[in-house]
Amino acid sequence: MDIEREVTLTVNGTRYTRVVSVRKLLCEFLRDDLDLTGTHVGCEHGVCGSCTILVEGHTARSCLMMAVQADGTEITTIEGLAKDGRLHPIQEAFWEEHGLQCGFCTSGLLLTVHEFLSDRRDPSEQNIREALAGNICRCTGYQNIVKAVAKADRLWER
Amino acid sequence: MRPAPFEYAVAADVDQAIGLLGQFGDEAKVLAGGQSLVPMLNFRLVRPRYLIDIGRIKGLDFVSLVDGGLHIGALTRQRTVERSDLVRDVCPLLAEAIKHVGHQQTRNRGTIGGSLAHADPAAELPAVVTALDARLRLKSIAGERVLQAREFFQGSLTTALRPNELLVAVEIPSWPIGTGSAFCEYSRRQGDFAIVGAAAVMQREANGRVARLGIALIGAGDRPFDATSIATDWLIGQIPDEANCKAAAEEIGASVEPDSDIHAPADYRKHLATVLAGRALLCAAQRAVIPGRERGNGH
Repeated sequence: MDIEREVTLTVNGTRYTRVVSVRKLLCEFLRDDLDLTGTHVGCEHGVCGSCTILVEGHTARSCLMMAVQADGTEITTIEGLAKDGRLHPIQEAFWEEHGLQCGFCTSGLLLTVHEFLSDRRDPSEQNIREALAGNICRCTGYQNIVKAVAKADRLWER
Repeated sequence: MRPAPFEYAVAADVDQAIGLLGQFGDEAKVLAGGQSLVPMLNFRLVRPRYLIDIGRIKGLDFVSLVDGGLHIGALTRQRTVERSDLVRDVCPLLAEAIKHVGHQQTRNRGTIGGSLAHADPAAELPAVVTALDARLRLKSIAGERVLQAREFFQGSLTTALRPNELLVAVEIPSWPIGTGSAFCEYSRRQGDFAIVGAAAVMQREANGRVARLGIALIGAGDRPFDATSIATDWLIGQIPDEANCKAAAEEIGASVEPDSDIHAPADYRKHLATVLAGRALLCAAQRAVIPGRERGNGH
């Protein structure tokens, strides 16, 4: 039984090894230990979707994982989406369609949309709205977010 | 730091996990996908002294066809079940219900066993395995026990699992191809916990009469409400139709004893139980392929 453990994981292509408290959440580890503060923490119980990241390419709530559970995994956070100073097409689409207001929920939304669009083309508006159901925007800007997802589907060559 | 202090161990295999549970079970919690446990840790609603992480155990993640039924390992991710062709073909009720379990972000991590062992009275999977008359396989250093789903769920967040036991698999019996099933729930948003839901499965004979059925409700009490015996009285040996499904549903609605809470008052839940039980029974009946007839469709 341990109260601290060493973890090694890859975040946005960079390998990190750190000793962490076993009760540190993955979102806290990313923000406090790795200074990757683009992952936002809202509700802290898996309801709001702000802290969504990709673990092994699949979305996960980083407030519902202990950092020790991520040992050995490959993670993408919002900081890993833009490449070489160019926004990802999903980010481009959110910008063009004004798919954000305060921006707090945006990083989680972008990664949710990344998984949603990565294996489908031409989703219906109904599909888009269902895919976004796990991400809460308290500026209530859903209309433009839905438009942004439809645009991202067209912009993203995949 | 959100969770209260605990000590943590990773179990490499089932033997190690049940060894640790044998040693620390009274003060330990098992961590699998963490999608139900970690929120409770974050709010300090649970403060276990020890956390036993079973998430890295190999061989507890499987979906297999056994004697026409399905055996599903406790660590199988909900998303794996959602995408499984085998589950869709052999157990369409589970395939339909799993889409209502949380959101994709939580189904990617959440496990079948975790949801069952957590036993939230509004969760979908406990009702599904109750309706299907499934068994749960529990393991401890003392040996194995197999319990029927209806014995396993004992109250809100309470199961028959002993402190030293690990849920290792759920075993869904064979329901012949052509059996109809339906899962209906009402929730405020896609992916939210259900206010009330109903899972129904129905097998019909060549003459169209009901041979066997199962139905269970969620959000209508402190555990899945097994309404199989009520529906059996109304429907076994009958040709199911709107009238007799509705009659069964009305008795089910009158029998459930839900509590009022912030989401819905008890009388509204009773109303929903009646409506959704009726809808699930009739839909299951319509989906059942009657042997030797062309009409009807499985899924």
